[in-house]
Amino acid sequence: MSQPVLEARAVSKHFPAGRSTVRAVEDATLALQPGRIVALVGESGSGKTTLARLLARFYPPTSGEIRLHGETVKGKPRAYYSDVQLIFQDPFGSLNPLHRVRYNLERAVKLHHAVRSRAELDQKVTELLERVSLTPTEQYLDKFPHELSGGQRQRVVIARALAVEPKVLLGDEPISMLDVSIRLEMLNLLDRLRTEDGLALLYITHDIASARYLCDDIVVMYAGRMVEGGLKEDVIANPLHPYTQLLIDSSPDPERRDRPNLFDAEDLGEPPSLIDPPAGCRFHPRCPFAMNKCRTETPPRTELPEGRWTHCWLQENA
Amino acid sequence: MSVLTVEGLTVDYVSGERPVRACDDVTFELRQGEILGVAGESGSGKSTLITALTRLQRPPAVTTAGRIEFRGTDLVSLNADELRKLRWTSLAIVLQSAMDALNPVMRVGAQFVDVLRSHDKTLGNKDAWAKAADLLGMVGISADRVRSYPHELSGGMRQRASIALALACGPELVVMDEPTTAVDVVMQRQILAQVLRLRRELGFAVVFVTHDLSLLLELADRIAIMYGGRIVEIGTAESLYTKPRHPYTRGLRDSFPPLRSPLRKLTGIPGSPPDLRNPPPGCPFHPRCADRFDGCDEQRPELLTIEDHADHTVACRLYPSGDDQL
Repeated sequence: MSQPVLEARAVSKHFPAGRSTVRAVEDATLALQPGRIVALVGESGSGKTTLARLLARFYPPTSGEIRLHGETVKGKPRAYYSDVQLIFQDPFGSLNPLHRVRYNLERAVKLHHAVRSRAELDQKVTELLERVSLTPTEQYLDKFPHELSGGQRQRVVIARALAVEPKVLLGDEPISMLDVSIRLEMLNLLDRLRTEDGLALLYITHDIASARYLCDDIVVMYAGRMVEGGLKEDVIANPLHPYTQLLIDSSPDPERRDRPNLFDAEDLGEPPSLIDPPAGCRFHPRCPFAMNKCRTETPPRTELPEGRWTHCWLQENA
Repeated sequence: MSVLTVEGLTVDYVSGERPVRACDDVTFELRQGEILGVAGESGSGKSTLITALTRLQRPPAVTTAGRIEFRGTDLVSLNADELRKLRWTSLAIVLQSAMDALNPVMRVGAQFVDVLRSHDKTLGNKDAWAKAADLLGMVGISADRVRSYPHELSGGMRQRASIALALACGPELVVMDEPTTAVDVVMQRQILAQVLRLRRELGFAVVFVTHDLSLLLELADRIAIMYGGRIVEIGTAESLYTKPRHPYTRGLRDSFPPLRSPLRKLTGIPGSPPDLRNPPPGCPFHPRCADRFDGCDEQRPELLTIEDHADHTVACRLYPSGDDQL
């Protein structure tokens, strides 16, 4: 493995909520390598967006550290955003509606690069639109965001992120608001950027099938903690943590021919409140295999072959 | 036996210079106890179809043509009083967002009591509360939650409560508008399992509308695919998955990456859905269709039954007069 570009080392994030505290992310460790895509999957409230925002320096971690090129980052230096860019879920809300595509892109170029002439600026903006396949570019340059479809807007958002020539893209559910038939184009675009530019990509999603399509590695979060990670095919074909099994079994899968299975799925429980999360393993109240130890002690990270790891007493004791 | 027969249903949004046709000549049939899935992308007309079906549409939407025959009566011709008699007892709806569907300042149980007692004047208050607790029990919510306010329940519980509420007066037809879109996959699986069990126990029919075809392939008996305000194909879940006829259905099916089988590069469907303010002539899918040929941009294909497949109809000129040539 090459040197990671961006790392989270044992980061936690707690938010104050009145007199109590929401433990949104606890002890999360993640490394993004150039040219590699990591998918972060989990349900809402699992802490995946909070982790992405920690990586984007949206707010500082309560404990732990974020490292860029091996160095600890403090504050919000602009240089940081020249390397790390975040793509939001909602392409409708993340472009300035009062400005044309051209302006939305030019601003990012001007902020992060020393551009000497109008011609150079125009050329850069045109290149950006070409890279996200919004061609012919003249057709899009002078449009307002509301004149574009959702897919086209998300391409502009990606182009704007690319304007700074980042090393890392953090995509927080970048396709979930797009129509099904255009999602794949977006995934293929992200895959191309990874291959052509060697970008490190974090793909956050609740959709395991799309994670499998795009990524190399999968990391699963539950109730603010990471529960399992490894090469995607290993994790999906042979999930080790009971929560990962539940998540994969619950995902729609038309290939699954045993429809009666649905009937056994009536009481699967719900994720806990993060204000007062369960002691020990946070999944233990829902876990069919829970042992006494699971109720009191947080399972450590068990390292397995092929870069596989999990936090589960079943594996730790095995 | 069919519970619902929709024929030539056409809905226009009448505002601005020209009316916008959001549902165009929609025809289908729903059988007793059947789950019919309706799949489509944004702007396909699926939400318009639901509000027209349940007669919940508001101006500027207007049903300009067609019939909705429900148990022998045409819903389109009924007035508000006649409709009120059918609502809840025969025809119920589950809306997408339970947050908006439940009254935030009323206890959950009180909302059940409200519905139950207004449709059964002989039902006493105490019995109605007991029945509310039973109904919540059907969807796995414990009886002590009956006095909770909606905000005290999780999103998944609220959504299940709104399903129980729809079933309160024993309807024959339940229309579900993306009932699982706002919940997570595990809760989604749980809700679908409950819908399947309740359908088996109570025998109601369901129109289940969603953008998620992969979900319908597991859940529905038959599936209708909508595009540009029209139904372009209807078939059993099995035949639609294994042998979709319409190029759009095929593209949509292949837009869902597989969870287990070997991965290959998928392309989705190039282009974007049509702008209904300015719909393409002929087949609404022709600008994005890889199989289009001369005339697709002029002739509008009719929904025809495929030869030897009585349960499978498609509106595509690749299958003239129902020949199953592909």
